[in-house]
Amino acid sequence: MTKLIIDGVEVDVPPTYTVLQACEAAGAEVPRFCFHERLSVAGNCRMCLVEVKGGPPKPQASCAIGVRDLRPGPNGEPPVVSTTSPMVKKAREGVMEFLLINHPLDCPICDQGGECDLQDQAMAYGVDNSRYSENKRAVEDKYIGPLVKTTMTRCIHCTRCVRFTQEVAGVGDLGAIGRGEDMEITTYLEAAMSSELQGNVVDLCPVGALTSKPYQNRSRPWELTKTESIDVMDAVGSSIRVDSRGKEVLRILPRVNEAINEEWISDKTRHIADGLKTQRLDRPYIRENGKLRPASWPEAFAAIKIRIDVASPKRIGAIGGALAGVEELYALKALLNALGSQNTDMQGRGGLDPSKGRASYIFNTTIEGIEAADAIMIVGSNPRREAPILNARIRKRSLRGGLLAGVLGTKADLTYGYNHLGTDPETLVKLADHAPANKEKPMLIVGEGLFNRPDGAALMAAAARAALSLGIVKEGWNGFSVLHTAASMVGALDIGFVPGEGGLDAAAMLQGGVDVLFNLGADEIDVPAGAFVIYQGTHGDRGAERADVILPGAAYTEKSATYVNTEGRPQLTNRAVFPPGEAKEDWAILRALSDVLGRALPFDNLAQLRRALYAAYPHLAAIDAVEPADPAAIATLATGKDTIGKAPITETIADFYLTNPIARASAVMAECSSLARGTFAMAAE
Amino acid sequence: MSVRRLAPDPVQPKSFAFTKENAAWAKTVISKFPPGRQASAVIALLWRAQEQHDYWLPKAAIETVGEMLEMPTIRVLEIATFYSMFNLAPVGQHFVQVCGTTPCRLRGAEKIIGICRKEIGEERHVSDDGAFAWLEVECLGACCNAPMVQINNDFYEDLDEENFTRLLSDLRAGKPVRKGSQTGRSASEPARDRKTLQDGALYDGSAIGGWTKAFADRVKRAEAARKAAAEAAAPPPTAAPSPAAEAKPARASKTPGNGSAK
Repeated sequence: MTKLIIDGVEVDVPPTYTVLQACEAAGAEVPRFCFHERLSVAGNCRMCLVEVKGGPPKPQASCAIGVRDLRPGPNGEPPVVSTTSPMVKKAREGVMEFLLINHPLDCPICDQGGECDLQDQAMAYGVDNSRYSENKRAVEDKYIGPLVKTTMTRCIHCTRCVRFTQEVAGVGDLGAIGRGEDMEITTYLEAAMSSELQGNVVDLCPVGALTSKPYQNRSRPWELTKTESIDVMDAVGSSIRVDSRGKEVLRILPRVNEAINEEWISDKTRHIADGLKTQRLDRPYIRENGKLRPASWPEAFAAIKIRIDVASPKRIGAIGGALAGVEELYALKALLNALGSQNTDMQGRGGLDPSKGRASYIFNTTIEGIEAADAIMIVGSNPRREAPILNARIRKRSLRGGLLAGVLGTKADLTYGYNHLGTDPETLVKLADHAPANKEKPMLIVGEGLFNRPDGAALMAAAARAALSLGIVKEGWNGFSVLHTAASMVGALDIGFVPGEGGLDAAAMLQGGVDVLFNLGADEIDVPAGAFVIYQGTHGDRGAERADVILPGAAYTEKSATYVNTEGRPQLTNRAVFPPGEAKEDWAILRALSDVLGRALPFDNLAQLRRALYAAYPHLAAIDAVEPADPAAIATLATGKDTIGKAPITETIADFYLTNPIARASAVMAECSSLARGTFAMAAE
Repeated sequence: MSVRRLAPDPVQPKSFAFTKENAAWAKTVISKFPPGRQASAVIALLWRAQEQHDYWLPKAAIETVGEMLEMPTIRVLEIATFYSMFNLAPVGQHFVQVCGTTPCRLRGAEKIIGICRKEIGEERHVSDDGAFAWLEVECLGACCNAPMVQINNDFYEDLDEENFTRLLSDLRAGKPVRKGSQTGRSASEPARDRKTLQDGALYDGSAIGGWTKAFADRVKRAEAARKAAAEAAAPPPTAAPSPAAEAKPARASKTPGNGSAK
């Protein structure tokens, strides 16, 4: 530890700290533009200047000088740092004056206005007039993709965006061409950025040079209602802040959550906001004479009652979708059980079986645990598409060096190096006889490409056997990690939303096993003709097209619901806006329907539902905490024996931008998708 | 400095490839760096590409170098646009870089620039016959022979309006030209009234080894003087301590830093 005196306060900080970090530890605020905790140090904005005794006798960029670079005084006194001395103030004012020389005075028309670092710091260090009478520099705006709008005249050359794309996103997209006054941030020949995390450069930009294109000229930050919530676009469950105004969600921003997303979110998480208000189901519908017609809630419920009353309980089933919260799955399961049916299943569950134990289907290492791993084998997954945030964590670990990474499955650009072991399932089987890996903390990441296929259960068992033989499960470390793609999956498995005693699974239900199918937002399934389908969901997507009765539900920004992420971490969304039209919260729809069906569910409000839920599944009550699962489940899983097919192990997500009904309703996602497929028409220019 | 962009599409060649010799050379340059650090060879490769391609870098060359070094193209473009020595557009057969820094300017660089403007045209533009383009650059390090220009790889010094105009017209006509000083002086020796280095013996070879000879003479003389002094002072047996006393200051004077520091 190193002692320092900062503004008269003595602090003791680790020797690896920079002076800036030490200043923060001492409670002194240091302005900065280029410095960012999660990026490399550039030291080019010079805003963080401090005065240092025991260092060179000039203002020092505190972000770029380490505390161990400072010398003690002649009698061994600790080095003295001042962040408030007249010299520091004058130096920072000088830096600010230079920054403002070429910065346009267009704050009134700038989207960053109100949340701009330069604006804020100019209040502290700026002067109210300019001594500069020459022409200001003007820079051509660049096209860098459909998500980020550029106004390059505003750029102050902090290079945060360049460092982000290079270091965190792992794509060499952005760069700074030219030099000095003529330095310009751009992509090569103004091609669109190729990362799934590119939206984060907007948050990183301390000025209004990079702003959100879809949010362009929409609102001012002080007009927005900010609601802290959870993302459901993938199973990572990133922490987000939903900014809304009136009935509309205007934008989605990340919240800092070290355990999950640090401070990044994927583009799908961020730019889906426009999908929340298009294609919405805002009233119930009933199919009559082959056509859907708007109906009232009582009409819709009556239509359902007629069919349920005549159906045999064994021929009623329910399939849950990727965006369903634990509450509605719990209510739906209770309703089905009350009707005498055990036919409940999740879309895309494949070979996962919660009866083997919780450790067999969650990401046991946790996302933070990735940073401790020294070997990672990814089987049947493309984490870059399935969970970009988690992939960024693996890249972060990989950059630190000493990581052995391997992939069994589709060979894709994951932004870090790995050994490709092919796509043959036999390779996985052979690993069961492998000697233990010579690693301290090896990980096996198992993706949907492995478990969501007809022989998924057998492959999961093979993966568990491989994990045991490779020493992935050991004392104090369980490296067996299942990476889900559906936000609802772990929650559904936790509460047993799977076929009960003698119940049919999704495949059986979809092969004519049921007469009445309750579809809770499952849009990636094909329901054959014959069954009466009740679709409860948010968007007029594939599921609604095949529905006989449509019950309009609430999207994740419109309800408080529990989602358990892939780590097994229960998290709560919060309501930012109300559901559109006559749409209702999903658990409430099921409660009302149960009343009509004469099987009233035993809760009248959300609090009662949660009380019942938590009584049955106590770990769900521990919001935001991961309850470690018993690793014995891996051994149980390994006992499973079934034939393994010959089909190669692949990834399941064909199009990152269009994985769920909300994303498919979003024009921004559609544009990103067509761009990613290389069919972007430049005709719009 | 000004904003640097790649040349417009019509002048860009469709493809670029190193010649066989250059490709082999590039391989040895890359092999100088440890595996994974091959990007360090980027400047060397870009320079060779520019030399191969009429002294300017086309887009295709930037992309080729990026591929060879497995680095994102934008990183190569960053370097190509950062250094003004990389030309991004055609520069004609003879690329004239006029030094415009203080010494040359004091000695009439402005007149040279004026001639460039008259004979070649605007800065950064290839003359109509494709023979020339010119650019004002910062100090090229030949201040003794100011004013000067660099044309392709050679310096042309001691210019004035008359000899620079002639130089340009000779180059245009393809006549042989004299490199270096245009007034005939050798390297950067004084232009007139030479006062030093005039001894003929400096140049006929007789001075070779002269310094060692002079040193040996001095040692001999000192030895003789010491002997004479010793003989004059005392009888022979007491003479022993004096050589040591003399040796000490001699050693100390060789390494003054050490002695004075302590």
